[in-house]
Amino acid sequence: MTTLIEAPPEEADGLLPQKKSSSGGGLGKYLLIRFLLIFPTILILVTMVFFLMRITGDPITAALGDRLPPDQLQQRIHEAGYDRPVIVQYFEYLGQIATGNFGRTISDNLPVGGMLATYGTATLELAINSLIIALLVGIPLGMVAAARRDKAPDAVLRVFAILCYATPVFFAGLLLKLVFAVGLGWLPVAGRAKSANEVALTSLQAPTGIYWLDALRSGNMTALGDVAAHAVLPAVALGLLTAGVFLRLVRTNLIGTLGRDYVEAGRSRGVSELRLVTRHAYKPALIPIITVMGLQIAVLLGGAVLTESTFEWKGLGFQLAHYVTARDFIAVQGIVVLLAVIVALTNFIVDILAALIDPRVRY
Amino acid sequence: MSTSTQHSGTPHNEGPATEPVLRIDHLKVTFATDGGDVHAVDDVSLSVAPGEVLAIVGESGSGKTVTAKTILGLLPETAVSSGAVLISGSDVISVSPAKLRQIRGQEVAMVFQEPSTALNPVFTVGWQIAEGLRSHGNVSRKEARARAIEALGKVGIPEPEKRVDYYPHQFSGGQKQRVVIAAALALNPGLIVADEPTTALDVTVQAEILDLLRDLRDVFGTSIVLITHNMGVVADLADRVVVMYQGDVVEEADVATLFAEPKQEYTRKLLAAVPHLGRNSASAGLTERAHQGGEVLVEARNLVIEYPGRLGSPGFRAVNDVSFTISAGEVFGLVGESGSGKTTIGRAIAGLNKVTGGSLKVLGHEMLNVRERSFRPVRRDIGFVFQDPASSFNPQLTIGECVAEPILITGDRKGPDVSRRVAELLEAVQLPAAYADRYPHELSGGQRQRASLARALALNPRLLIADEPTSALDVSVQAKVLELFREIQAEFGFAALFISHDLAVVDILSHWVGVLYKGRLVEEGIGNQVMGGPKDPYTQRLIASLPVPDPAEQARRRTARRELLRS
Amino acid sequence: MATTKEPLLFRLPVLSHLRRSVGLQRGMLIAGLVLTGIFLLTALLAPVLAPFGFAQRFDSQQPPSAAHLWGTTVGGYDVLSRVIWGAQTAVLVIVIAVVLSLFAGVALGLVSGYLGGWLDRVLVVVADAVYAFPTLLLAIVMSITISGGQSSLWGGILSAAISITVVFIPQYFRVIRAETIRLKAEPFVEAAKVMGASTPRIIFRHVYRNATRTLPLIFTLNSSEAVLTMAALGFLGFGIEPTSAAEWGFDLNKALSDTTAGIWWTGVFPGIAIVLAVLGLTLVGESMNDLSDSRLRGRRRAGATTGTTTGTTAGTTTGTVAGTTTDTTTASSAASSPRGATESAAPGPLEGTAGA
Repeated sequence: MTTLIEAPPEEADGLLPQKKSSSGGGLGKYLLIRFLLIFPTILILVTMVFFLMRITGDPITAALGDRLPPDQLQQRIHEAGYDRPVIVQYFEYLGQIATGNFGRTISDNLPVGGMLATYGTATLELAINSLIIALLVGIPLGMVAAARRDKAPDAVLRVFAILCYATPVFFAGLLLKLVFAVGLGWLPVAGRAKSANEVALTSLQAPTGIYWLDALRSGNMTALGDVAAHAVLPAVALGLLTAGVFLRLVRTNLIGTLGRDYVEAGRSRGVSELRLVTRHAYKPALIPIITVMGLQIAVLLGGAVLTESTFEWKGLGFQLAHYVTARDFIAVQGIVVLLAVIVALTNFIVDILAALIDPRVRY
Repeated sequence: MSTSTQHSGTPHNEGPATEPVLRIDHLKVTFATDGGDVHAVDDVSLSVAPGEVLAIVGESGSGKTVTAKTILGLLPETAVSSGAVLISGSDVISVSPAKLRQIRGQEVAMVFQEPSTALNPVFTVGWQIAEGLRSHGNVSRKEARARAIEALGKVGIPEPEKRVDYYPHQFSGGQKQRVVIAAALALNPGLIVADEPTTALDVTVQAEILDLLRDLRDVFGTSIVLITHNMGVVADLADRVVVMYQGDVVEEADVATLFAEPKQEYTRKLLAAVPHLGRNSASAGLTERAHQGGEVLVEARNLVIEYPGRLGSPGFRAVNDVSFTISAGEVFGLVGESGSGKTTIGRAIAGLNKVTGGSLKVLGHEMLNVRERSFRPVRRDIGFVFQDPASSFNPQLTIGECVAEPILITGDRKGPDVSRRVAELLEAVQLPAAYADRYPHELSGGQRQRASLARALALNPRLLIADEPTSALDVSVQAKVLELFREIQAEFGFAALFISHDLAVVDILSHWVGVLYKGRLVEEGIGNQVMGGPKDPYTQRLIASLPVPDPAEQARRRTARRELLRS
Repeated sequence: MATTKEPLLFRLPVLSHLRRSVGLQRGMLIAGLVLTGIFLLTALLAPVLAPFGFAQRFDSQQPPSAAHLWGTTVGGYDVLSRVIWGAQTAVLVIVIAVVLSLFAGVALGLVSGYLGGWLDRVLVVVADAVYAFPTLLLAIVMSITISGGQSSLWGGILSAAISITVVFIPQYFRVIRAETIRLKAEPFVEAAKVMGASTPRIIFRHVYRNATRTLPLIFTLNSSEAVLTMAALGFLGFGIEPTSAAEWGFDLNKALSDTTAGIWWTGVFPGIAIVLAVLGLTLVGESMNDLSDSRLRGRRRAGATTGTTTGTTAGTTTGTVAGTTTDTTTASSAASSPRGATESAAPGPLEGTAGA
């Protein structure tokens, strides 16, 4: 590539502002625009989910159609307002969501918002646990694979990574259960804690809902041990799936930056290979890595649904599977919309993080 | 180690025969590629004396860059090397990795071709310089910083105490190259390997960097291995020259001898191919603008072209208030450095860029607010030759299909008539007719650029726009393509807009020359008059900065440039 | 450079990759091809290979024996037969899903990328929103919409396939659009524009053929994802009734409760089938990705001559273009041949699709 020649200022891909902004305005403007982009994203998903769920008919017929006589059914539909034009219902739904009202479930007549709050923390706990495992396993191993590229460690790690994401999380869970819970009997088969501990933890004053945090706060060490034992298998099953993706991501991007001129320039000044990998190449590689990791949150949440069903981990995913079976589409819609909001928010935060690492955006 | 120099290298002329800083003995480097092993370097021997500037010149594929990388042990794993590369007693090829690391930075350092990629974008320049220091012993953070500031000061970065905390993108291209040199200097190595250090820079910046490198040698006695393809740069800076061709050293001589009496056939040809400002001018003998009787094909009046800014930020004005005309049969040369707007003007004439203000008439069509539909019929009268021959052909189509494309689009000819015309065109650009069946990647750069010319001429255009058509080519190939261009222009008589950053190249082809600077046309006139007696201060500086391939003449020009800058 | 034309056979995607590969990468590619081959053959020959029909019932939960090599399930189905028949279902779903998303995604990406304007902006926002969303949840919603959660053979297969399609369209769209935008700025497309070529001619003759070169790669990686998504849907109860067709995810769902009783054969075999099918496809896809990317490509070392040592550094000498923002970095792959003589036009790489 010859750079002798002038080129018209190119549209850079993505939204990152380019280096021209030498004043501090670049970052502020970027943050604002990126923040505003959250809303259309959520709106699009909410709209899509709403209409897709309504194409087949009203939720009450879906849930109770085969259980109630037609006249009672009609009455309930009318009471809930599902006989009005869909577009009216849509705008009403948007208004409700904006005020935090997700409606009531049909099958057990619970407020969806409350259900989300109750079970959301369980999912959050699972997500945090497995994210920690994924980061601890994926990033260092990815660095090793990149540094020892095309050598034996790289070969082993690559096969490991592919195996990690080739194994469906529910099958990994099933194997883990067979070996460590049923076979060896080291760890519990399912659930978040023994029922006694569960009661103790949920009856605390202002519980966070994240059990290990609650156990720590109340100083209940037996409960903490129990919670930890229950958390291992689900976190490993879900964490390994994501670890495989992270490993590959770190490896690919690190190899990309290791081939850059500035790494060679560092090498030409006598910088050690280890430091080239861990400092010179790692930080520039981190920008795309973080962006893609943000997208992995979606995979993690999708995986959480399956993990929770496998381990009867009573979180949003477990509830989702439950309500899907019960054909309670208001509940399903609520859970899906909430997850969409979480995904949109995490992606926003991650993009900001990536921008903060990049001095070309900061200055 | 013996100090006698029984190998091919002659010792540095002026200095006494001291121990060389670098000695390469029978170096051989082989690469594994998809097409089998490639012998990038075959038996190279040379030496560099303290305080000497040794230039290694050659075209692409000569092995000069591979030789440079071998000096620092920077070859990729796919390379196998043999022979010896001795730096202060250690053989870089066989030395342990730890020792090699010690040599790098301390004994020998490197300056890279592309300063913007040689600096890590996410660390401050001070950190990057300090990294080199810290790798060679226990240096405190404070001391490393102080020495980084010192190094930045040495290479002429203003306010080094402040700039040490800047990130690379906050420097201009020339300054970035200074930073790269500062990083190389940090540990005061005896030898600097500079791989095409000015190729990515504009001529005026190139002159400054060359001055800096000369100062390093003069003030600190640093030896320099200068890898370059540019004979002007060699004439400006080198003491001794090694000419490489296809992995071999073909000739070695001190710089004056090499330019005055080249011994080898290859060197002679290479030197003859280098464009030399003021020789072989297309406008030689002209006293007034030629071709003025004919139709005016392109007329720009107060032309303004802006690129829209992103999201509310103000746009970038690439072309500002430019007026000129191109008449039928005339070759208009447009020169300027990067960012001058020359390419933008060429693209606007071809309808690839929008015109923001003023007026641009192309073959009678106003380009301000032009509609593609109404302009399309005019396109058949315009040919365009792109800069990069590698990417200007659809890789999925054969050369024949590519050249036939404009003919097929007009629908003028059909079937065998088309292939006949393609054969005719290929013959006109001196390509064998059989090349019509080849794919673009199967041709060399020069051949592709000929095919590109054939495609541009397919419909006998009245106007040809050539945007840096030879800048991606080697000197010897460039000379042939320029010659071909000149012949064909004379034969077909089309008008041409010839865009280039290279003054000497523009002078070879153009009757009339315009000089662009930051979007403004600062000077225009008959080619040899502009080159010989520039009036505008910028043009004067530009021309004074251009190194000519003649050491004696270049030394005079260098003095003249210094005086010009002082006044 | 006078080079002979490569035989047409070796210009086909997978074969050309195989020829260029060396060492570990070749091993991975071959392993992937073998696994994928077995997977496809099993699907094709299911009626011959399977000892029983997928809906035939026997005594429930029998351990592996001579009569039932891999035992029977809680529903009394023969595990081996259902695993074999399951391959057929999986291939059907993959083919339908990938073909559908290919057409929709490629067409949208080309048009949106080349024409730009408001259509492009709207499509990008929508595609980005969908892309960032958990694919499984979207597939669940789609599945509810299409079949209302019901399941018959073709109804089940179609609903799974279409659900997966909707998830994949944004991925194809993004890749093809990015390629199209890159190609739009390439001199050869501008050359066509300067010649006065019409927009459809430019899109089809010049952009389309070059933009779709990465498709075999996305195709492979998405196939593996399709298997996973289908299995996940089946696991959550959107599968196909056991009497209509065999589906691995559904069988795993039923096997889950067996584990506590120590009954391992009902879950392990369908699980391994999924892993091997996905593993094979992923190995092929990743190897192709690496081989298309000059930065990731492993190279053979030159034939060693006597008494030599090699360069101690890692990494190739290529300086590739930086793409810092998105995950699909389409680096222009400059050939790192030391003589700089050959300019290969390798297709752009694709990163971050697997597992996304």
